[in-house]
Amino acid sequence: MANDHAHDHERDNHLSETVLRVKALESLLVEKGLVDPAALDAMVDAYENKIGPRNGARVVARAWTDPAFKARLLADATAAIAELGYSGAQGEHMVVVENTASVHNLVVCTLCSCYPWPVLGLPPVWYKSSAYRSRAVIDPRGVLREFGLDVPDTVAVRVWDSTAEIRYLVLPERPAATEGMSVEQLEVLVTRDTMIGTARVTPP
Amino acid sequence: MNGVHDMGGMHGFGPVEPEPNEPVFHAPWEGRVLALRRALGAWRKWNIDAGRHSIETLPPADYLRMSYYEKWLASAIKLAIGAGLITLRELETGRRDPALPVATPPLTADKVMPALLKGSPTQREMAASPRFAPGQAVRARQLHPAGHTRLPRYVRGKLGIIERDHGAHVFPDSNAKFQGENPQYLYTVRFTARALWGEAANPADAVYLDLWEEYLDGA
Repeated sequence: MANDHAHDHERDNHLSETVLRVKALESLLVEKGLVDPAALDAMVDAYENKIGPRNGARVVARAWTDPAFKARLLADATAAIAELGYSGAQGEHMVVVENTASVHNLVVCTLCSCYPWPVLGLPPVWYKSSAYRSRAVIDPRGVLREFGLDVPDTVAVRVWDSTAEIRYLVLPERPAATEGMSVEQLEVLVTRDTMIGTARVTPP
Repeated sequence: MNGVHDMGGMHGFGPVEPEPNEPVFHAPWEGRVLALRRALGAWRKWNIDAGRHSIETLPPADYLRMSYYEKWLASAIKLAIGAGLITLRELETGRRDPALPVATPPLTADKVMPALLKGSPTQREMAASPRFAPGQAVRARQLHPAGHTRLPRYVRGKLGIIERDHGAHVFPDSNAKFQGENPQYLYTVRFTARALWGEAANPADAVYLDLWEEYLDGA
């Protein structure tokens, strides 16, 4: 398709222009002593390798296997999550909402892209998209169907719009037939989307 | 402000399109922009609310067209120039103005993880008692401030129930204008889907928002 081809070139040119602008800005800021390039590397490394949805999966698997931890997590999520070493930027004030047989929770930020970074890392593109931000509050069941999740009418859908500095993590339901599994095995089952509320945990 | 960023309930943006096995960054420049904007934030020349407002005030067509990190880049430049960290001329030439002093970065590599783990809590001590209690009926006020606000259009004028009291938090509307933190009680408010969207909504469904006391009237 000639038009698509032309469009791709336009997009590529636009992107390489952005790459150059970012490089120019970084070198100016470094030259002025405003930013330390090693700090930038450390920040990128933190979100690529240290802070991501595996953190949240550890929180969930622990809650599934330790009733006292689960009680603390639902009562004061910030403190309970900090027990596992996760805290800080964009998760200063945490609330955990529990999925049950009668309640399904879904998290969104309609005004920007607020997301619980310490436990889930940086948000995926779809979470930041206009489509998700606009529709999650007015048509959550339709959005969930696009993720392959058909929530029965008898199950209440609760949507949490992160309008302040409170950050929400969904505690998904533990699937049946996982009784014999270890915490480590359970962690593997817990995906990012199950903790946003756009997926259910599936048994192995 | 009644801007395009306030998207809750809008139609026309199409389906949600998840990307399988999405990388954290789609290109290295995205990571650099994230890090640059946060490293500039360490100068404490602006706060998170002013930062959000700088994105909301991008021209609406740009806001809708740009990717997330393109918006962050545009906002970082706007904030850095506005705060006097860099000049427009420096940005255009790509060279430091030799007449201006060279600074020492406040955020060094060893401070990155401690800073991320600490974050910037927004809860503040408050002597006064909360005006509302869980279970109480409230109505979101019909406010249309031209500046930054975290009261979305889709709940204004709507009836809800206080679900939870989060204590006093920094008030974004004043903080974004550098007019002080003005901490006030923050509540999770439950709105039924029917109160927001009418009789077609499932009667069991609800939307929860975190709203400051000034956004609410007793009902």
